[in-house]
Amino acid sequence: MSDYNFAYLDEQTKRMIRRAILKGLAIPGYQVPFASREMPMPYGWGTGGVQVSAATLTPEDTLKVIDQGADDTTNAVSIRKFFEKTASVDTTEETAQASVIQTRHRIPEEDLREDQILVYQVPIPEPLRFLEPSEIETRKMHSLEEYGLMHVKLYEDIAKHGAIATSYAYPVKVEGRYVMDPSPIPKFDNPKMEMAAIQLFGAGREQRIYALPPYCQVVSLDFEDFPFEASKADHPCDMCGATDSYLDEVIMDDAGNRMFVCSDTDYCASRRKAGHVGAQAAAASAALKETAA
Amino acid sequence: MNADVLKGGFANAPVDAAHAFRAAMNVMARPGTVETLEGVEPPAPMSIAAGTLILTLCDPDTPLHLAGDWDCQEVRDWVAFHIGAPIVGATHAMFAVGNWNALAPLNRFAIGTPEYPDRSATLIVEREALVAAGATLRGPGIKETAEMALPETEAFQMNALLFPLGLDFFFTSGDQVSALPRTTKVEAA
Repeated sequence: MSDYNFAYLDEQTKRMIRRAILKGLAIPGYQVPFASREMPMPYGWGTGGVQVSAATLTPEDTLKVIDQGADDTTNAVSIRKFFEKTASVDTTEETAQASVIQTRHRIPEEDLREDQILVYQVPIPEPLRFLEPSEIETRKMHSLEEYGLMHVKLYEDIAKHGAIATSYAYPVKVEGRYVMDPSPIPKFDNPKMEMAAIQLFGAGREQRIYALPPYCQVVSLDFEDFPFEASKADHPCDMCGATDSYLDEVIMDDAGNRMFVCSDTDYCASRRKAGHVGAQAAAASAALKETAA
Repeated sequence: MNADVLKGGFANAPVDAAHAFRAAMNVMARPGTVETLEGVEPPAPMSIAAGTLILTLCDPDTPLHLAGDWDCQEVRDWVAFHIGAPIVGATHAMFAVGNWNALAPLNRFAIGTPEYPDRSATLIVEREALVAAGATLRGPGIKETAEMALPETEAFQMNALLFPLGLDFFFTSGDQVSALPRTTKVEAA
């Protein structure tokens, strides 16, 4: 028994959020304004995602929260505890066990199923915001499907750097209509957005909710001669040896040594449990054996 | 006032509404699927699913239109007590409940504006039965194709042409619900 209403928010707030989610699903990629509430955590810590999760959760759900792919960072741990306390839901770190996954800036490596829901925390929902600061203008640009400015930005990338340098929050076009910010996920994750699960996006400070139904067409913007590329560090994971996962680069010492590890901690841990060993993990266990002997 | 209007709400509102919303979200995200929607007992002629849907989504902020036989004193009293939504004409409604004939003509309802396509009405169409066979559906939320029996196909084809404006539909029968958002392309069987 908790002194909070189920999932913290009052019922009228949840109804308002639920109506926004339904309109978001009906107009994929369009940012639905909603009356975002003050949450007991600062803006930038996932207040939008938390409100969407609160309106979505049922007591039977199992919640997983990741921050840049990791289950064990402050942000993920505190949001998980928040819902354990206010909604009495089970929580998990295993992607396959979760029915609702709230994420900051990653899509899990494991394919999501139809019975799962992915909730994104979004800082700036408007993909055109850094090109056009006025909300009145960007709203008009969306209504007129006037996305030339975004292509100019990508073109300037090519002119300056010889390639599209945008590596995260890479803009996508949804169902051939709305250009959408996929939140700051690495562009490596963009192709995964055409998935079986429902995807919901919540931006608390900016007061916007948007959504993607399952199997929705999501195309990363590009040019014929500079096609989109879902890039990652060209290296296997040093812990589990995976070659297909998105990697974090970790600086090891002042001498410039570094290692690459899966950003998805659950994916890496389950691979290591299954017996996969990466280069540095193998070296470390060999060194350990030597000291023991 | 008839004491019956006090009955028929959610037994445990936060949890029942959460379950109801998940069913509503699932069918809106996956046109053609049918889910059970229950927890509420509205007065006739409103179905359990339609009653549960408006109790989950409507409140004093959402003007509601009751069409045809659904605009009766029992339903009005029940809505006034449990939901508090203002009962309005079709033009100003965010939500509308009724059967297909009573809801026509559809061009009375708000379809949103180019800047705010979300400011459009959601229609809850009461049906005799929900059958997952008939018209072919394609679009977001559908892997390849889905099938659904519709009251007619032309109205939904016209509605899809308005995209990103347009109406969104729930279909209800007994305790069953399915949905058809404006993005779904409908082809007659």
